[in-house]
Amino acid sequence: MKRSTKPKPKTGAPASATLGPEKLLRFYRQMVKIRLFEEQVNQLYTSAKMPGLAHLYIGQEAVAVGICEALRPDDYITSTHRGHGHCLAKGASADRMFAELLGKASGYCRGKGGSMHIADQDTGNLGANAIVGGSAGIATGAALSAKMRRSEQVSVCFFGEGALGQGLLYESMNMASLWKLPVIYVCENNLYNEYTHYRETTAGEFTTRAEAFGIPSESIDGQDIELVHTAALRLVERARQGKGPAFLTCNTYRFHGHHVGDIDRSYYRSKKEEEEWKNKRDPIELLAGRLVARKLVDTKALKELEEEGRREIEAGVAYALSAPYPDPGEVDQHVYT
Amino acid sequence: MKARAKQDAAPVALSREITFAQAINEALAEEMRRDPRVFVIGEDVGEAGTPFKVLSGLIQEFGPERVIDSPISEAGITGLGVGAAMTGMRPVVDIMFGDFLTLTMDQVVNQAAKIHYMSGGKLKVPMVVRTTLGATRRSAAQHSQSLHALFSHVPGLKVALPSTPYDAKGLLKTAVRDDNPVIFFEDKMMYQLKGPVPEEEYTIPFGVADIKRPGTDITIVATSSMVQVALAAAEKLAGERISAEIIDVRTTAPLDKETLIESAKKTGRAMVVDEGYERYGVTAEIASVIADSAFYYLDAPVKRIGAMHVPVPFSPALEDLTVPTPETVVEAAKTLCGRI
Ligand SMILES: Cc1ncc(C[n+]2csc(CCOP(=O)(O)OP(=O)(O)O)c2C)c(N)n1
Repeated sequence: MKRSTKPKPKTGAPASATLGPEKLLRFYRQMVKIRLFEEQVNQLYTSAKMPGLAHLYIGQEAVAVGICEALRPDDYITSTHRGHGHCLAKGASADRMFAELLGKASGYCRGKGGSMHIADQDTGNLGANAIVGGSAGIATGAALSAKMRRSEQVSVCFFGEGALGQGLLYESMNMASLWKLPVIYVCENNLYNEYTHYRETTAGEFTTRAEAFGIPSESIDGQDIELVHTAALRLVERARQGKGPAFLTCNTYRFHGHHVGDIDRSYYRSKKEEEEWKNKRDPIELLAGRLVARKLVDTKALKELEEEGRREIEAGVAYALSAPYPDPGEVDQHVYT
Repeated sequence: MKARAKQDAAPVALSREITFAQAINEALAEEMRRDPRVFVIGEDVGEAGTPFKVLSGLIQEFGPERVIDSPISEAGITGLGVGAAMTGMRPVVDIMFGDFLTLTMDQVVNQAAKIHYMSGGKLKVPMVVRTTLGATRRSAAQHSQSLHALFSHVPGLKVALPSTPYDAKGLLKTAVRDDNPVIFFEDKMMYQLKGPVPEEEYTIPFGVADIKRPGTDITIVATSSMVQVALAAAEKLAGERISAEIIDVRTTAPLDKETLIESAKKTGRAMVVDEGYERYGVTAEIASVIADSAFYYLDAPVKRIGAMHVPVPFSPALEDLTVPTPETVVEAAKTLCGRI
């Protein structure tokens, strides 16, 4: 059902003081890389070069980058069907991701997983997941393992607000709190569970859900990467010190459809709402504006960073397009170890 | 002897063609008009009419009280369905992808399936769970499974697997009227398949197989979209002067054993094609039914063709290898008939 929802950013104090220019520029580069990657996915999909389903992360980049930049390379993440952003932000490379998206043998999962299942152990990515809420147990289990192994690793569970409908999340949070597990539940509230506004599927408040288990819970503007990153630093550090889980709601918006084929969206959200977010709440534009206002860079330098990103993405696509498909003999490999 | 499909429908001209999706939609709309206790609950079943657009228009006619958009809570909506069914309603629970049935397992297997029996016949669960099956949509391992064998295994559940728009409509209407929990599987690759469906009211009884194409040399038993695969194979086999009889079981639980056995006795050769896994699967059950009762009439062991024993891979280069195709069915049939 359609309802008009104005973006209501919760603006805390900008944490600019703690984040140096180098870090901010890196954020910019990473967010732009995700944006360009997803634009390519859109292109590949609409030109029938990419099979399957494509759920674009465009609009939500500040969440993945803000959080993952607060993590160690060996920290864990679990991701969702909308997972390309998390995967890139945790350090995966675009070329092998594209290869996976096209079902090629040099993809991260040898073409067996595809868009909704990319996993990359080397960067701590335990996998995207095509089951909504399906990774709540996995992320919490990885935190249990980190605690048992005394590895001081932290685990981040990314999920959309739709996953609040799944019981597994609540069972997992209960145990995480009981046993003080180093896991951060990052709820990306982009307002819609597929084609339905979250208010029609979600009773009560987000934050109180975690609080019921004694888990500290915050809700922040997910378009403001400085806010996201500062919160992540604090919560990750807390978890690493053995003080237990946290729940972070990042309020955000997906600029495109639920998946690439979701073109007619007028029955569930208005053009006006989309335009407002795109024009006023674009996380990349927001950061760019600040970088320029603070005279850390000029627009020309930003343009160059973007071009750099574009070259990487274009090279990645070219690599994937020309990469070979897996050998038919691979079909029954990896069912068992 | 049981009635066959040809006798199920009133003898009207099947001039009208609609899609499989429209057939499902019509069946639900008609049942909801007929019986105010029938309601639909599921994710994005309302305005969106499901991602496959199968339920488009229902909310306009029946309103949000009877076409309920739910949270993403498969266990929850199935549980609510069980409770509502036990207390006088007739829920149709929409589980978007058959893969998500795994989230409903306790409510379906431990609760719905057993309540009538455990209560000594006092309580009943007239609930339909509508869901999908089928690979080759490039949807990868968690959106492509055909899990109907799991449910056919459980006493107390009925399982329907329509293969045409005609069967889809008639079987779904029967499912809604059945007083037992019914798991209703629709192959998502068939939603746009067109076929003749009469304007007039009709239902198709459960447990009655349909001979989709008569033949004399070999019996090919199939389910769901594999019936279409078998029909395509039969066409090719005819070119090689092998006459294949294609039998659609339409429901695996209950299973119309008689029709299968009779056909196998007649042709002397049988194979079973199903998109679930072969191991411990629907093909195994049906093959054993035929072997048990038609053994002395068979010229060869019953052949089974199911999905390859792997999670469904994403890559098109691999996925297409995992499912039965007309070509693989033709090859197997020729071997069985001693033509290779
Ligand atoms: C258990 C389960 N139920 C249903 C689906 C189908 N589905 C895929 S995405 C989606 C909506 C998810 O919304 P949300 O969690 O908010 O994530 P978003 O798509 O907004 O990123 C649904 C219902 C699924 N993949 N898994």
